[in-house]
Amino acid sequence: MSTAYQIVVCGSLVPDPLQTLEPVTGPGGPALKNEMMLPAVLDPWAAHALYEAANLARLTPGSKVWLVSLGPKAKLQQVMMTVAQKVPFELVALDGPASGFTEAAEVAAVLAEAIQAIPGLDRSKLLVFGGWESASRGAGATLSMVGERLGILDQFQGVDQLKVGADGTLEILERIEGGRHQLSRCAGPPALLGWATGHLPEPKNNPQVGMTNMRTVMPALQRAKAVKLAGEGLTFASVALPKQLRETKIVKDASPDDIAKEVVAWIKQ
Amino acid sequence: METILFLAHTEADGSLGKPALEALAAAQSLGGTLVAGLIGEKVQPAADQIATSGATKFLGVSGTDFASSRYATDAAAAEALCRAAQATVVVAAGTSRFMRCLPGVAQRLGGRVDTHVTGLTTNGGNVTINRWFYRQRMEAAIQRAPRPWFIVVDPGSQPAWQGAAGQASVEAVAIALADSARRTTVTGIRAPQADAQTIRPDAALLFVTGAGWTKKQADGQTHVPEAEKLIRDFLHLSRASLGSSKSLVDLGGEGQAVLSFLSHLNQVGQTGSTPRHPKGLSTCCHGEEPHTVGWRFIGERRAISLDPNCGWARGKADVLYVADAFAVMRKVNELLVQGV
Ligand SMILES: Cc1cc2nc3c(=O)[nH]c(=O)nc-3n(C[C@H](O)[C@H](O)[C@H](O)COP(=O)(O)OP(=O)(O)OC[C@H]3O[C@@H](n4cnc5c(N)ncnc54)[C@H](O)[C@@H]3O)c2cc1C
Repeated sequence: MSTAYQIVVCGSLVPDPLQTLEPVTGPGGPALKNEMMLPAVLDPWAAHALYEAANLARLTPGSKVWLVSLGPKAKLQQVMMTVAQKVPFELVALDGPASGFTEAAEVAAVLAEAIQAIPGLDRSKLLVFGGWESASRGAGATLSMVGERLGILDQFQGVDQLKVGADGTLEILERIEGGRHQLSRCAGPPALLGWATGHLPEPKNNPQVGMTNMRTVMPALQRAKAVKLAGEGLTFASVALPKQLRETKIVKDASPDDIAKEVVAWIKQ
Repeated sequence: METILFLAHTEADGSLGKPALEALAAAQSLGGTLVAGLIGEKVQPAADQIATSGATKFLGVSGTDFASSRYATDAAAAEALCRAAQATVVVAAGTSRFMRCLPGVAQRLGGRVDTHVTGLTTNGGNVTINRWFYRQRMEAAIQRAPRPWFIVVDPGSQPAWQGAAGQASVEAVAIALADSARRTTVTGIRAPQADAQTIRPDAALLFVTGAGWTKKQADGQTHVPEAEKLIRDFLHLSRASLGSSKSLVDLGGEGQAVLSFLSHLNQVGQTGSTPRHPKGLSTCCHGEEPHTVGWRFIGERRAISLDPNCGWARGKADVLYVADAFAVMRKVNELLVQGV
């Protein structure tokens, strides 16, 4: 049995990991210093989810991928310039904060509403994907709350592999403790998968895919609904960088034998 | 006063694991009325294990449906326990099982959730928690008004509860499961063979390998088989847990010769894990920020790199040995074999 899937990937943008980040207190609570100036990338685990979605769609004809993304419109546009060249998808853009300090439950409400508004959405084909944790809040909470709002009770987190059986069942590998995986079999959609790294390398940029995507990306950005998140009942008493750098002792010109002795003594302490 | 539900699931052997006992200590530290809520195939042994914890009630959801780690049944069980306890604060361990289901349960109950919590304090009944943002780059202290508030504690971040076992009387909380809760079946666990199991969360040492192990060395050649042997031998002799930089695990996906026992599960950092070990030794790794954010919870840190200007030199390690890791680790292994 071959089902065509409707795969909705939730993923936002985060500051490029190579950037130095510093917290500041803004009018609406904590924020990052120069947040709007920082170069941004698609949230890495959500990016893996997107590549896995595109791969599954390619293998199951008739399937379609949407990327639902909440972020400041101007930043989304920048990030889409690259992301749109990777794999085919249709963008659903929401214009609002992508900060890690926003409230997961409020973000989930907005994302779930946007997913429900996708024309022709069919639960019997629906797979909701995303990263199992963001690189901003890093809570692993939003996606699960989106799933609850959509009434999806088959949820998986830390997914590294999804295989579709001949009978349409989904075989899913999730990360668990100690470098192990749990293997589950799910009857089929609707299901929600929070992806870890998966198995696919980052796709090469494909300008042709970019051109096709951009036809829908630009209108989606123009249409992007403005979203406000109140952070109801949430108080940040403080946000601070870790206290200190270590004082690194740099050992040069010591022989490997001496270093080895020191290392072994240290390990055994 | 808060009603604090300590929520736990049993391990495969029916007992409560260390992460659960850590969450229990954290729950106790908040004061308030403590209720224990247990999920598992059988929960009586677990209740007995913590009989002297000061919990005023022991609630349990049990049965074969609750043996395995599955969203629909775990969420139903956790929801029922929270309702039965009328919990305002729920404290649980951030195991993979609870990380999968508790945010959804918070949503179902109209509450809020904080995961990866690394600290809890209470001041005049006001609870404050600590957690990190932007992949361990900055730490926040948070308070919340909405209830129930789910506080999911990072395993390894708190001392474990210690106390005598006893006899607890468990109040069973019944759940009528719909068939839709059984659409997923957990069919097994995939683990590397014992000798290939390189991720050891309880190890005293994290041993990190970087891409340098596969790069051309002073003689203009790569020495991947030797690197592989040195690393394997060291892991065998030291019982360290193996971590890796992203560059090294990614090489596998690019079809290059790499260390056969490494996978993305070993990756430490921004898009990898943030393990907890008292000590860490990095080898042939440059110590760039996206890697070292994964070292946030490593106590003492040492690194061996050829580059005196690598990231480790800039306040990220306690000691940087500027040396050839091949030569050093060869000797380290010799010393460990001799039992020096
Ligand atoms: C979105 C994003 C996410 C990322 N996430 C992560 C992450 O989660 N984890 C991560 O690790 N990185 C991550 N990175 C990549 C990170 O920026 C670095 O590129 C990576 O950590 C470098 O790995 P490395 O130090 O092993 O390799 P290299 O930078 O190649 O360094 C190799 C080092 O080995 C040394 N060396 C070589 N031979 C020897 C020898 N014989 N003895 C001693 N030293 C030797 C060299 O001097 C050099 O310092 C991420 C990057 C991005 C953009």
